Amino acid sequence: MPLIDSALLALADPTRRAILARLAKGEATVMELAAPFDMSQPAVSHHLKVLEQAGLITRGRRGTSRPCRLAPDGLADVESWLTGLRAAMESNYDRLDALLAEDDPQQET
Amino acid sequence: MPLTVERTSPTTLRITRRFKASPERVFAAHVEPALIQRWCYGFEGWRMPVCINDARPGGELRWEWANDEGAGFHVTGTYEAVEPPRDGRPGRIVHVERMHMPDPTPDNHIETTFAPDGDGTLLTLVMRMDSPEAMEAMIATGMTDGMETTYARIDELEPAAA
Repeated sequence: MPLIDSALLALADPTRRAILARLAKGEATVMELAAPFDMSQPAVSHHLKVLEQAGLITRGRRGTSRPCRLAPDGLADVESWLTGLRAAMESNYDRLDALLAEDDPQQET
Repeated sequence: MPLTVERTSPTTLRITRRFKASPERVFAAHVEPALIQRWCYGFEGWRMPVCINDARPGGELRWEWANDEGAGFHVTGTYEAVEPPRDGRPGRIVHVERMHMPDPTPDNHIETTFAPDGDGTLLTLVMRMDSPEAMEAMIATGMTDGMETTYARIDELEPAAA
């Protein structure tokens, strides 16, 4: 399966999206990630494995723990986000141009 | 008229756009609900069925978006300063907002200025988050939620388990 497709499937789960949002704030261990989710460590480990295989997170090694962090080239990429924001705002402002051109300024009160 | 989007610090974004219309008219299109609904809905296929916009200091805003596939989200916020452009002086709007996806994103503090630029207007938005972590969380939320329609299509592709 191409990496991008496995990333989309990995993101199609709310728990995995919540894990990514948590990791956006900084790296965390399995135990730290399991705490807010009311979920066993094996269950969280399963989600982490899916995210890791999809290229969305990476796992280091520190003693016996394997801290997780967002992959630098994962989907949570600033440039992609800015591109989406830019596209939405360009659509908005192009419509605003048309609106301002069509409304007669003399009608303003 | 190109839009510029610049990440000016770990907690701020600066966006600029020029308009041919006067600052008074660009300002009006940012405060009057019936006008906002006509342009501020992002991509084609979306619309803004609800626009509550009490544009005065302390006034509340609630903007709701919906698309043709039944998906939607909304923004709530509060105005802190609303100063119309007057006698060649720039206008200014300061407000705080957050998106509800349905979980709220971190607060986004936005200062919008409407400065005279020849016959037209230079619009500038400065967005500020409370911390670099809040900015990262907003980016992560924006990225993952922007893909909701993609997941919906993936769901449709799942073979029936019959």
